[in-house]
Amino acid sequence: MMEFILAKYNYWIYVIIMMIGFYAVIAKSNLIKKIIGLSIFQTSVFLLFISIGKVDGGTVPIYQGTEAVYINPLPHVLILTAIVVGVSVTAVAFALVVNIYREYGTIEENAILEMIKHDD
Amino acid sequence: MTEHLPVLVIIIPLVLALIAPVAGRLNRIYSWAIALLATLFSFVGSVLLLYQVMYSGAISYWMGGWEPPWGIEYVIDYFSGFVLVIVSFLAVAVTIFARKSVADEIDEKKIPAFYGVYLLFIVGLMGMIVTGDIFNLYVFLEISSLTGYALVAMGKRRKAPLAGFRYLVIGTVGATFILLGIGYLYIATGTLNMADLGARLPGLFNSKLVITAFAFFAIGFSIKIALFPLHTWLPDAYTYAPSAVSALMASTGTKVGAYSFIRIIFTVFGVQVFLNQWVSVPYFFLIIASVAMLVGSILAIAQTNIKKMLAYSSVSQIGYIILGVALMNPIGLQGGLLHIFNHALMKCALFMSVGCIAYKTGITNIADLKGLGFKKPYSMVAFTAGALSMIGIPLTVGFVSKWYLAMGSLENGMWYLIPVIVISSVLMLVYFWRVIDNIFFKAGDAVKMPATPASMLIPTVVVAALCLVFGTLAFIPVNITGKAVLLLLG
Repeated sequence: MMEFILAKYNYWIYVIIMMIGFYAVIAKSNLIKKIIGLSIFQTSVFLLFISIGKVDGGTVPIYQGTEAVYINPLPHVLILTAIVVGVSVTAVAFALVVNIYREYGTIEENAILEMIKHDD
Repeated sequence: MTEHLPVLVIIIPLVLALIAPVAGRLNRIYSWAIALLATLFSFVGSVLLLYQVMYSGAISYWMGGWEPPWGIEYVIDYFSGFVLVIVSFLAVAVTIFARKSVADEIDEKKIPAFYGVYLLFIVGLMGMIVTGDIFNLYVFLEISSLTGYALVAMGKRRKAPLAGFRYLVIGTVGATFILLGIGYLYIATGTLNMADLGARLPGLFNSKLVITAFAFFAIGFSIKIALFPLHTWLPDAYTYAPSAVSALMASTGTKVGAYSFIRIIFTVFGVQVFLNQWVSVPYFFLIIASVAMLVGSILAIAQTNIKKMLAYSSVSQIGYIILGVALMNPIGLQGGLLHIFNHALMKCALFMSVGCIAYKTGITNIADLKGLGFKKPYSMVAFTAGALSMIGIPLTVGFVSKWYLAMGSLENGMWYLIPVIVISSVLMLVYFWRVIDNIFFKAGDAVKMPATPASMLIPTVVVAALCLVFGTLAFIPVNITGKAVLLLLG
C-alpha cells in the first residue's frame, strides 16, 4: 500500500492540492479567497501535466548530436498555455471583484447576498 | 486565399478584435463598424466554406502546414460548417442590433473595449467549431468563456458584476475539468487530434483512465452548456447582461458548447462504446435531459422578469438538445442537431425583441408589458413568432426538431419520452401565453414608448422571420443535419 502511494506520490499531491482549492472555492465567503482557491485548483492540473511528461532517465529535449532519452516536452508546452489561461482568469476575476466592491462596498459574499435579498 | 479560408474566418476577427478598441478612441462608431466588418467577413467566409463542403467534401486545414496528428488541424465538414454558418450569421444580426442597444445600455467610455471583447467572444466560439484538435478546443473554449464573463459583467444593473463573477467561478471549474479530461486522454493515447483519438481509443474503453476522462468531459461540458442541475450560473448571467450580449450568448454560447460536447462524444469516443459498453451513460443523460426539460419550464413559469424567464427556458431547451444526443440513434441525433439550429434562431429573436422593449425604457418585468402590442407592433410580433416556435406550433422551426426528437424516442422504443416532450411544450405555452396575454390583450397605461431604431428592429424581425421560413422550408436544415448525422454516427 505504502509503496503504491509513494511510487505515484506526485499524482496524490495533485489530487490533494486540487481538493484544497476546490474546498476554498466552495466554502469561503470572501471573494478574494475564492479566487485564491480557484488558482490553487487550476495549479494542481499543471502539476499533473508536468508529471506526465517525465521519462525515467530522460534529459532536456534538445538534440545534442548523440542519441539520448528525452522527456516528453509536449505536456510542458500545453501547460504554458494553460498557465496563461490561468493568469487571465485571475485577472478577470480581480477586475470583477473590484467592480463588485465599488458597487456594494464589501467583498464578503454573505453580506452581498443579504444586501440584494430584496432586489429583484 | 480560398485554401486558407478555414483559418481566415478565425484570424481576421481576432486581429480586428485588437484593432477595434484602438480605433474606437478616434470615434466610437469605428469600433462598431470594425465589429460589423469582422462578423460579416466571417459570415461570408463560413457560407463559402459550407458551399465548398457541399460540392467537394470535407476540408482539413493543416495549421502551418504541419500534418495531423502532430500539427493542429481545422476541420470543416457538414456539422462544423453548418454550426459555423449559424453562429456567424447570428453574430452579424446581433452586431447590427448592438449599435443602438449598446449605446443605450453601456457607459460611453467602455464602448470601444466592449466591441473588442465582443469580437473575441465570437472568435472563441468560431474557433471551438472549426478546430479538430482537442487542446486547441480548450484554448478557444477559455477565450470565449473569459470574454463571456467580462461581457456579462458589463451590464448596467447592480447585480451584473456579481453574476459575472459567479459565472467565472463555475465556468473555470468546468473548463478545468475539461482540461483534466484532455490530460487523461493524452495519457491514455499520446495524441490530441480528435480524429486520431477516435482511431486509438477503441480497445481502451475498459481502462479506468478513459472512463474518468469521459466523466470529466461530461461534467465540464454540462457546466458549460448549463445542463440541469449545473445550470445555476445561467439565469443570472443572461438576466443581468446587456441586451445584445444576452441575445448573442443565449443563441450561440451554450449551442457551441453543445456542439463541442457532441464532437467529443461521437468523434472522439464514438457511438459504439455507448451502445455496447457504457450503456448506462445514455440512460443517465436521458433522465437528466428529461428532468431539465420539465424543471426548466416549471422554473420559467415562476419568473416575473422576462429575461430570467427566457433564461430558464434555455435550461429546458438544452435538455432537448441533450435528449436528442442521448437517444444515440440517427433520427434522435438529427433532432438534437436541428434543435441547436432552431433554438439559436428562436432565442436570438426572443432576446432581441426583449432588447427592443428595454431600449431607453429598461423594462424587463412581464407586468410592465401590458398593451405594448400596439405601441411596439413589430418587435412584439417578432417576440410572438419566437414564442410560437419555442412551443413548437407546426410551420415553425420548433415543430421540426420536436417531431424528430419524438420520432427518435419511438425508434428506441422509449414512448414514455413523448409525454415529457409534450408536457414541457405545454408548460412553455403557459409561460409564453402569460407574456403574450399581457402584450396584446391587456390595456396598458397611455405612456408613450420611445421609438425603436430601425437598426434594432430589422435584425430582430429578420431572425424571427427565419424561424418561420425554416419551419416551412424545413428540408434545408434537415438535409444538412442528415449528412452531419451520417458523419457522426459513421
